[in-house]
Amino acid sequence: MKKKVTLWYEFFKGVWDINPAFKQILGTCPTLAVTVSAINGIAMALATTFVLVFSSLIISLVRKLIPSQVRIAAYIVIIASFVTIVDMVMKAQFQELSKALGPFIPLIVVNCIILGRAEAFASKNTPFRSILDALGNGAGFLLALFVIGGIREILGSRTILGFQVLPNSYDPMIIMILPAGAFLTYGLLMGFANAYAIRKNRKASETNIFKYKLEREKLNATEV
Amino acid sequence: MELIIIFISASIVNNFVLSLFLGICPFIGVSNKFSSAVSMGLATTFVMVITAMVSWLLYFKLLLPFHLTFLQIPSFILVIAALVQFVEMVIKKVSQPLYRALGIFLPLITTNCAILGLALLLVMRDYSFVESIVFGLGSGAGFILALSIMAGIREELELRDVPKAFQGAPITLIVAGILALAFMGFAGMI
Repeated sequence: MKKKVTLWYEFFKGVWDINPAFKQILGTCPTLAVTVSAINGIAMALATTFVLVFSSLIISLVRKLIPSQVRIAAYIVIIASFVTIVDMVMKAQFQELSKALGPFIPLIVVNCIILGRAEAFASKNTPFRSILDALGNGAGFLLALFVIGGIREILGSRTILGFQVLPNSYDPMIIMILPAGAFLTYGLLMGFANAYAIRKNRKASETNIFKYKLEREKLNATEV
Repeated sequence: MELIIIFISASIVNNFVLSLFLGICPFIGVSNKFSSAVSMGLATTFVMVITAMVSWLLYFKLLLPFHLTFLQIPSFILVIAALVQFVEMVIKKVSQPLYRALGIFLPLITTNCAILGLALLLVMRDYSFVESIVFGLGSGAGFILALSIMAGIREELELRDVPKAFQGAPITLIVAGILALAFMGFAGMI
């Protein structure tokens, strides 16, 4: 981030340019597992966003205090604390959702989106920008999960958010609510998103894809 | 008998990757070469079995008696991170060739959600100590199976003419979808 990036772009890049699910291909496990219905997807994305925003804030606040050798361990402890909070609140307030999401709420700890943003962004930027970045990535994740969950719910059980949208004469595609449907929907959507990006980039400048590549390299370095 | 059912259920019917969606990151990331897929699978299985033992002891002998279950998530993740580090050091000391073969895959295992998922699931399902070990073994076997099948298919895919937008992750996901369909054939088995 040598140039001054506008605050709006700090937020918006997470929604589209580096969308966690479609462009960075992070957090695939929850994306595939919980998107049986749109409401599950929304709940999962909101829980992830909550953890993402607060851990980004804390990590960004203490970024100068943590020695770089132990930073990953420190991030994981911070993230795990917020995940515990979310897990307990879900269990107490939204029992049905908590049951539907199963082990995937505690598994937010190892969701690469959170650790990825912590390492690539929050550890290098001011708290305010980190929150914007976290909100943007959370919104992008929400968008992806809502779209995938919506498609699977409409085709697989004729409803969206519980309201019936397709007539009874339509035979639900059972495959869409099975694991296979998750892989297929996600793969096709990712392919279409790529196709759109390729067509757009042919005309427009290549700045965005370049930025995304830089970001991706950083993330790769993190994962290793 | 119970143990055999747990093993088959974890490895084939409820395959970690293809029906529980755990460990998708290495599944997509490391499945482009058969040999590396098998090494990754073996290393993961190794860590899975040890994690199953340690997390069972930790949860049922330490956290539960002292009413500390709210510490479950942080303590599990710390134990797994420490364990992976420990396993790495032991393998480095004991067998240099194995250490070199596994290379970068070992530290990557910490962020594999299949490991933490395994620990959380065995607590949720209330397995006994022996059942947990078998569960770990079965999940590991399933992980190796899925990863090596996928790697075999992807080696073939490289020679095919895939549309540019679908190269890499998208086509892998679609192939995984078809693979998941095939694994559904086992659904009525148990």
